[in-house]
Order: sequence, then structure tokens, then C-alpha cells
Amino acid sequence: MKKTIYILLAIGLTTIATNFARGEDAVNVSRTQTILGMTKPILVSLSGFTGEAAEVLKFDLYVQGFNFVAPEAAQYVISGSDNGAVVGSVRDTVSKKDLFSRSYNGASVRRQAHAFADDIVQAVQVLPGGQPVKIIGQSKIAYKSQSPSGPGEIFIADFDGAGAQAITSDNAIVAKPAWVPGKLALYYTSYARSNPDIYFHSLASGQRRTIASYSGLNSGAAVSPDGTRVAMVLSKSGSPNIWVCDADGSNLKRLTTGAEDSSPCWSPTGDTICFAMKANGRRRLATVPAGGGEVHYLPTTGAPSPSEPDWSPDGKWIAFTCQGGDFSICVMPADGKVPPMVLVSGQNPSWAANSRTLVYNHGRDGAQKLSVLDVFTKQYKDCRRAAGSNSQPAWAR
Amino acid sequence: MISILTFLNDTLLTKPKIMKINRLIFPLVIALAAMIVSTGCKHGYSKTTELKNPQRYIPGPGNERPETQQPQMPTPMPYDPNAGVGVVNVPHPEGPIGTTTNWNPVDMNQDRATLAANMVHFKFDSSVVVDNEQANVSAVAAFMSGDAAAKLLIEGHCDERGTEEYNRSLGERRALALREALNKAGVNADRIRTLSFGKDKPAEFGHDEAAWAKNRRGEFVVCRPK
Repeated sequence: MKKTIYILLAIGLTTIATNFARGEDAVNVSRTQTILGMTKPILVSLSGFTGEAAEVLKFDLYVQGFNFVAPEAAQYVISGSDNGAVVGSVRDTVSKKDLFSRSYNGASVRRQAHAFADDIVQAVQVLPGGQPVKIIGQSKIAYKSQSPSGPGEIFIADFDGAGAQAITSDNAIVAKPAWVPGKLALYYTSYARSNPDIYFHSLASGQRRTIASYSGLNSGAAVSPDGTRVAMVLSKSGSPNIWVCDADGSNLKRLTTGAEDSSPCWSPTGDTICFAMKANGRRRLATVPAGGGEVHYLPTTGAPSPSEPDWSPDGKWIAFTCQGGDFSICVMPADGKVPPMVLVSGQNPSWAANSRTLVYNHGRDGAQKLSVLDVFTKQYKDCRRAAGSNSQPAWAR
Repeated sequence: MISILTFLNDTLLTKPKIMKINRLIFPLVIALAAMIVSTGCKHGYSKTTELKNPQRYIPGPGNERPETQQPQMPTPMPYDPNAGVGVVNVPHPEGPIGTTTNWNPVDMNQDRATLAANMVHFKFDSSVVVDNEQANVSAVAAFMSGDAAAKLLIEGHCDERGTEEYNRSLGERRALALREALNKAGVNADRIRTLSFGKDKPAEFGHDEAAWAKNRRGEFVVCRPK
């Protein structure tokens, strides 16, 4: 009898506790998830633009949360022309005010259109607290492009894939380019000398040198937000683990000792590194202090076999790849308090400076394509494709 | 810049030169004020204000900055496609860093045929050397103990079901697991180097279990001095 009462009491307490926990979660979930993946696009109309200018405006605005409708249904009417140079204006149909009217010169019509798109985004979208939205229209991406048999090169291009060009001529397996923040310089992995070594490559001078060529694996370089430190995966002490070093490869320090670590990325504050690992046969995401310390698991309920994390520049989100049957792009709050949201099919997400647009790759191995995704509206578009299979994009920011 | 700072520092530390400081600082203050005013103007160029068709200049190749005081395009990532791209390999100032074995497979004759039949296969997402692969490990160990001059390169590979960098680590783990097994069988670990290809070098291009099983593998390459 006593036993039964205890059991009933235990069940009652558990139910209360669970409900309480759920209640707390529910608040967070609704607040976050109405934004992530479920935001309604801003409706705009676009008229007067042709060819590349129209293509660029549609691409840039679509992947930053705008969609296109007839002028009667639009909240913002965007009109202008591109006879030699882009001229454009934006009118708010709700407040019945012209937001701005502007003409652009210099560079190419393409870049003028990107600049106009940036101006539209900043005129229409404002962050909480009145902060201007970070623009991305003229930013670059780096990625690997390879043939099915393996050899490839590191490429850079505009973020929509235009103007792609190889920056290496290794004819070797290459991997995981990473930009130095704010600089025309990359770290990446190349098997040019028959081993996965990490190179630093200045695009301004064309010079490169190895910063890690230890026996075994040297890969997955990620540059700290201030550009002074590099996190990477080395296996020189017997298992693939996360290490950090100075920008030139010196001051090497081991951060983890697990069985199988990969894909380090930095928090925007530079004090924490998030990475993929395996514990008890299960793939997980974890964090470790960049100066060394305890490893903490991040809960990724509902997103099986996570890997390839990337921390958003505003610090709020971690994007990563999960793998059920297929690979999917997931995003969760960086504190892990709300379960991740599975957004679209794809791998290798990399954040733009605006902390809402991701570049990633999708498709069958050997024929991967790059796409750009707005995590709030889940709108995405394919980038222009360079020859070969394009993957592991990194957004310059 | 440093010399100016040093000069300022010197003057500030020396009392009798106070007049000099004033003479020096006054123009600086004026310049600073001018800078603040000009920055203020730029700041006032608000994106949301109604403007009568202002021009925006976008810098690029062959388009030098115009003389007029037009608002500047922010260039988050300036890039000149006609310059800078190229690869000039620069040796590290401290010599080749980080080679932790005193031999490198690149400098040796690589023989893929001798131990080709002893290729080891792995289970999905696992780096465990299973029992029925022990015969291959023993055969490789026997070969290595019979050829004291030989070194061994172990290549680790994965199937396509895993992301690229995850698989690069898994492939390395597989090669390291084989090194461990060989070490237990009496081969000195210094004679072995590991090389992970992740899923970048499949043996089979299919997308089914038959192809995947063939791709989850460790290959042994015998390296001999040239």
C-alpha cells in the first residue's frame, strides 16, 4: 500500500516536472520557431530591370527574405532601369513614402545591382534596437570544386556563384577553405604534396605556405574572428583532434582528446570552439573553450548524426548538417536550449555576415551544387555552377 | 607613425617644451574636428531618407575614385580579378614544420601491389578492425618484419554516407586503428604513416551497399628508399 502511494506520488511529481519543463520549452519554441524557417517573406514588386540587373536583384532579395508579387499586392514597389547603369527607387505602399531613389556608377551593372539590393535590404529591414542589417551583396565565397575521381581546386566567386575562378593549380584533392575575416586570404587543405596539409594563401600576393604538415591528418582550418588564431584537426598524437595555433602555425595547442573530432568553428567572441565528435559510437556536437578546458555536448534532439557546425556572426545560431537518410541543413540557437530546426536538404552550411543567409551544397556526391538559403523564410536558390562538383563553401565575412 | 608617437611622448615628458605641445596639438585638434564633421556628414547620409537621385560610386578595376565628394560604396571584400591570383609556394621561414616522422612516402618508391590483397574493410561508421580482418593484419605484420628496410603507408577511406570533413577524420581513424593493430602485432609505429582520403577517393562509384562496403577500406602501400 505504502509502495503504491510512493509510486503514485513519484508519477505525479514527474508529470508536474515534465509539464513544467515543457511549459518553459513551449514559450521558447514558439518565440524562436516562428522566426526560424517560418517567417513570411516581405512582398515586393520589381519593374524596369532586365538581364543581369534583374537576375541579381531577384537572387539577392529572395535569399534575404523578399518575394515577388504584382505591384498591387506589394508592400514595397521597386522600380528603375539598367540602361548602362542601374537607377532604382523604392516606395513603401503602406506609408505611401518613397524610401530612396538612387543611381549607381562604376564597376559593372552586376555589382551596381548588388549595391542596389544592399540598399533595399538596409532601407526595409532593421534589426531590433535599430541596428542596420549587415549587407552581403558584394561578398565572396570560396569553395572546392572537384572531379568525381578526386582531384580539384579551390575556387572563389561572388556569393551567387558569378565570376568563379580557381585560385589553386594543384590538380590534387583539396578541402575546406576558410577565409581570414575581412582579408583577401584563405586557409585550406590540399593534398598537393600527397598528404592533407593546411595552407595559408594570400590572394593579394598569390603567395602561400603550409602552416600544418604533420604526419597524418591536417585539415578543417577555421580562423578566429580576430584573425590571429586557427583551429584545425590534427592526428599527430594518435587520433583526429581539435588543435589551435597562431595564424602562422606556431604556438600549437591540443584542445581535445576524443576518438574522432572534426569541423571546428569559432564563436564570434572568439572564446569558444564548436566541433563535431563521436562519443560512445554516437556523432555529436560539442564545445570547448578556445584556450583549453572542459568539453560540453550540445543537445541536438531530432537532428541525428550532426556534423559541420558553423556559428552565426551575431552569436545567436549554430548551423550544422544532420544525417537521417539524407543530409539536411539544421539551425539551432547557440545555447542549445531549443531543439534544432531541420530546414532543407544539404550539407556544409556557412553563414553570411547578415546571420540569416547560408551558403551550402546539395545533391549527389560527384555532382554537388551550391545554394544560398534564407533560414527565416526557408527560401533558397542555386548558385551559378563552376565545372565539377562544388562543395564546402565558405562565406567571406 | 612610431616615430611621431615617440616624438609626442618625448615632448609630453619634457616640461619646458609645453608651448611646443600646444603648437603641435592645436592643428591636430583642428584636423580631428574636421574629421568628425566629415564623418558626421557621411553618417547623415541615411539609407531611409528621401534623396534626390544621389550617385553611388562603386570602386573596381579601371574605375578610380572620382574627385567629387560622393558617398563611397562600402566594399566588404574588395577584390581585383586581374591581380593577385596565382600560387607561389613560399617555404616556411623555419623550414618545413611539423614532420613528425623522419621519412616521407613522397620521397620513396611506393609499391601498391605487394599488399593489395590484404586490404581491410570496415563496418558502417566504424573504425574497429573486425575479427575476420585479423588475417590481413597478420599478413602485413609478417611482411613488415621480413623486410626491415620497408616503411608502410596506410590509406583510410570511407563510403559517401558521412559529411566530407567527418569522413576525413573517420578515414584517419581507420588508418590509425590499423596502425595500432600492426603495432600490437610487432611492427614499430615509427615505420607507419597514415593518410586519410575521407570519401574523396572511392574505389566504387555506385550509390548502394555493395559500393559502400568496398569503399570503407584501409589500403597498405609499401614504401622503399629510392
